Amino acid sequence: MAEQKRRRLALVASKGSLDEAYSPLILATTAAAMDWEVGIFFTFYGFDIISKKRMNALKVAPIGNPAMPEPIPAVPAKVPNIIGIIPGMTHVATAFMKSWMGRANLPSIPEFVEMAQEMGVRLFACAMTMGVMGVDEEDLVEGAELVGATTFLDFAADADVSLYI
Amino acid sequence: MSAELKVDKTVDYKGLFCPMPIVKVSKDIKEIEVGQVLEMLADDPGSKPDMEAWVKQTGHEMVDTQEEGGVFRFYVRRNK
Repeated sequence: MAEQKRRRLALVASKGSLDEAYSPLILATTAAAMDWEVGIFFTFYGFDIISKKRMNALKVAPIGNPAMPEPIPAVPAKVPNIIGIIPGMTHVATAFMKSWMGRANLPSIPEFVEMAQEMGVRLFACAMTMGVMGVDEEDLVEGAELVGATTFLDFAADADVSLYI
Repeated sequence: MSAELKVDKTVDYKGLFCPMPIVKVSKDIKEIEVGQVLEMLADDPGSKPDMEAWVKQTGHEMVDTQEEGGVFRFYVRRNK
């Protein structure tokens, strides 16, 4: 492998819910662990993953999400989806998910982002999203590169694997 | 494992799930010398195919793999 060109992974992270923030970070750190070059383009709601103000507050909503497992494994009944409409249920579902992740010894989202950066993963922050969502540049995690789609596609043009999440 | 295989470093990642064992082992392998052997313990059921894919991608050598009671022991020689 040493003589070969390093493999490259290009990811688009477009979603900002807690569950969907994990997938790009898991793939990115795994690829970096295999000595691949990795870049993630954070766009639309995915931008929240690298926003210092919002990365700690990502949530998962039970309403319209039939994949949510039963909160108490001993009671194998799914909570009726309509219950998710009750105020506070998103908070409850988010707390459950965080406890599952903690039990599996998975890092939190901010810890994952920091770990990815330490491993050399490039974080491309979509400049258009920042403008549209009214995010301050100071709110971006240090080291993230503020770029447009063109810069990301230039990076992705040489990728061996490209995924949109 | 043959009795003469010398282990230079052992790490225990039981209780960790993907991607953490691979993320950690990618750092551990840099802490031994080229030619030395790292022993890694894991109980994530995906760790066997994952470790095989990891050595394939990184060019290190899987010297031996053992499983007992749901616990895997991987012996990886640093190749570069």
